[in-house]
Amino acid sequence: MSPDMLLNLLLKSLGQTLQMVAAAGVIGSLIGLPIGIFLATSGRGELFPAPTINRIVGLIINAARSTPFIILVVAIIPFTRLITGTSIGTYAAIVPLTIATIPFFARLVEAAIREIDKGLIEAARAMGATPTQIVFKVLLAEARPSLMAALTMTMVSLIGYSAMVGAVGGGGLGDLGIRYGYQRFMPEMMLAVVVVLIVLVQLVQSAGDALARRFDKRNRKN
Amino acid sequence: MTIQHAATNVAPSVRAKEKGHGEPSDTPMVSFEGVTKRFGGTGGQPAFTALDGVDFTVAHGAIAGIIGRSGAGKSTLVRLVNGLEKPTSGKVVVDGTEVGGLSESALRGLRRQIGMIFQHFNLLSSRTAFDNVALPLEIAGVDTRTIKAKVGPLLDLVGLGDKAKSYPSELSGGQKQRVGIARALATDPKLLLSDEATSALDPETTQSILELLKRINAELGLTVLLITHEMEVVKTIATDVAVIDRGLIVESGKVFDVYASPKHETTRTLLASSLALPEWLRTGIKQTPSAGDRALVRLVFFGETAFQPLTGRLVAELGSDVNILAGGIEEIGGKPFGSLVVSYSADPAVIERANRFYAETGLSTEVLGYVA
Repeated sequence: MSPDMLLNLLLKSLGQTLQMVAAAGVIGSLIGLPIGIFLATSGRGELFPAPTINRIVGLIINAARSTPFIILVVAIIPFTRLITGTSIGTYAAIVPLTIATIPFFARLVEAAIREIDKGLIEAARAMGATPTQIVFKVLLAEARPSLMAALTMTMVSLIGYSAMVGAVGGGGLGDLGIRYGYQRFMPEMMLAVVVVLIVLVQLVQSAGDALARRFDKRNRKN
Repeated sequence: MTIQHAATNVAPSVRAKEKGHGEPSDTPMVSFEGVTKRFGGTGGQPAFTALDGVDFTVAHGAIAGIIGRSGAGKSTLVRLVNGLEKPTSGKVVVDGTEVGGLSESALRGLRRQIGMIFQHFNLLSSRTAFDNVALPLEIAGVDTRTIKAKVGPLLDLVGLGDKAKSYPSELSGGQKQRVGIARALATDPKLLLSDEATSALDPETTQSILELLKRINAELGLTVLLITHEMEVVKTIATDVAVIDRGLIVESGKVFDVYASPKHETTRTLLASSLALPEWLRTGIKQTPSAGDRALVRLVFFGETAFQPLTGRLVAELGSDVNILAGGIEEIGGKPFGSLVVSYSADPAVIERANRFYAETGLSTEVLGYVA
């Protein structure tokens, strides 16, 4: 195989990975965010008290998170087919990746919001804020640095998960590494895949850290 | 103990009339009527009684201090005023409105008329000083232009005109509390609640924050209800005081009166820091005299007696056998207040002469005990 072909394969797989990670990251986070907010604010005596639903949602999230990803991919094939019309390929792989992102991100959002000093909620209530105003003006605003860190962590995990969707023909860098690097004994391809993944994760992490720092006004010094 | 000091101890109308602002009504700004508050008590756990039948009023324009040790129920008490807590029984009335009877949205309306400041400031770290002060206005739906016009002068009022763009992490504790005060004043409240607002600050900063609160009270005619565990705070700015202990108001009245003649044990303990006897005097003090002992007496000078040379006359009255052991003069509620601990012979004849002298001059005294 010529170096040109190798490079083409690598670029094509990188494109697939980026596509899957971006789509699942965006959709999963958008769905996970409100669920995380709900988890953090619906306990007994909190802003939107609904302890029973809170517990049920928590159970579902735990169940989803304890299912190994590769099993999740296979288990939801009927659902994937329902959504995308097919159960194989890059688009189809976005469905299980999204499903895995939602509970992961939701728990991180919950933790980020619970971290906020209860005194701020009390101060906002004392100002006459509605629960919705407290969520948007206080909780989400104050949690911004932690939410940014949560999003970064989610994206990095997604890059890892995306290596497994080769099982349903999702393609991507992980799949390339397994099929060419491992099964066809091409250590240089394996190495190339690993290097690209490392660079990708580094870039995502650095960008996420930079954004989180920009939002973080907690430790500014004169 | 079930001593309840009736609300009548504090004359609610007097101060409002003195100040001559607002409606000259007799309704107090805040009144507690038989308020109890219990926490828990569900799921087989015993309920915790935070407040056990509190009667207390705060007059319009007053600076009322509620003082008590931690766990006495102070925080609960102040949170009942803006409905952050609901009473288990009894009524909390703010300027004629019963807080317990309000719907959630009516309660939010009331809260906009009540500012609150906190021990740990509770500023949003993600917002600048300017934006923190703007927050209650945003919440109230005030338009951006009005907010801009309003926040600047508020920051000037608290002396932080140049810190508008600073984040809380760039400010000192005292500056943070000033932002907190400006924020509390943003919606032009008629009442300011202060929850241990100076407890996290050093003594010097505490004084400057207290001065600011005093000025706001005088300039804006704002009623202030503050809770604290420091007698110093009450002494410096409050006009009225209530002492709370184990969920009960055990003593209340004008600060000067309570300070001049504390009646309840808790009050004495809280006062102890400023009225304490020196260690060497406290040891070996007895409650009953035996032959040859000396009486230990605290003389309290205030009002008229503060300006008379009574000590000299006492010495003349009792002979030279008067020993001054401790004392000092402070300013409380804007008036001079002196306290002098003296000892003289516990011989019945001497005691008799001393008591006659006190009765003639109107000097307030307290026999602390007897020493050998």
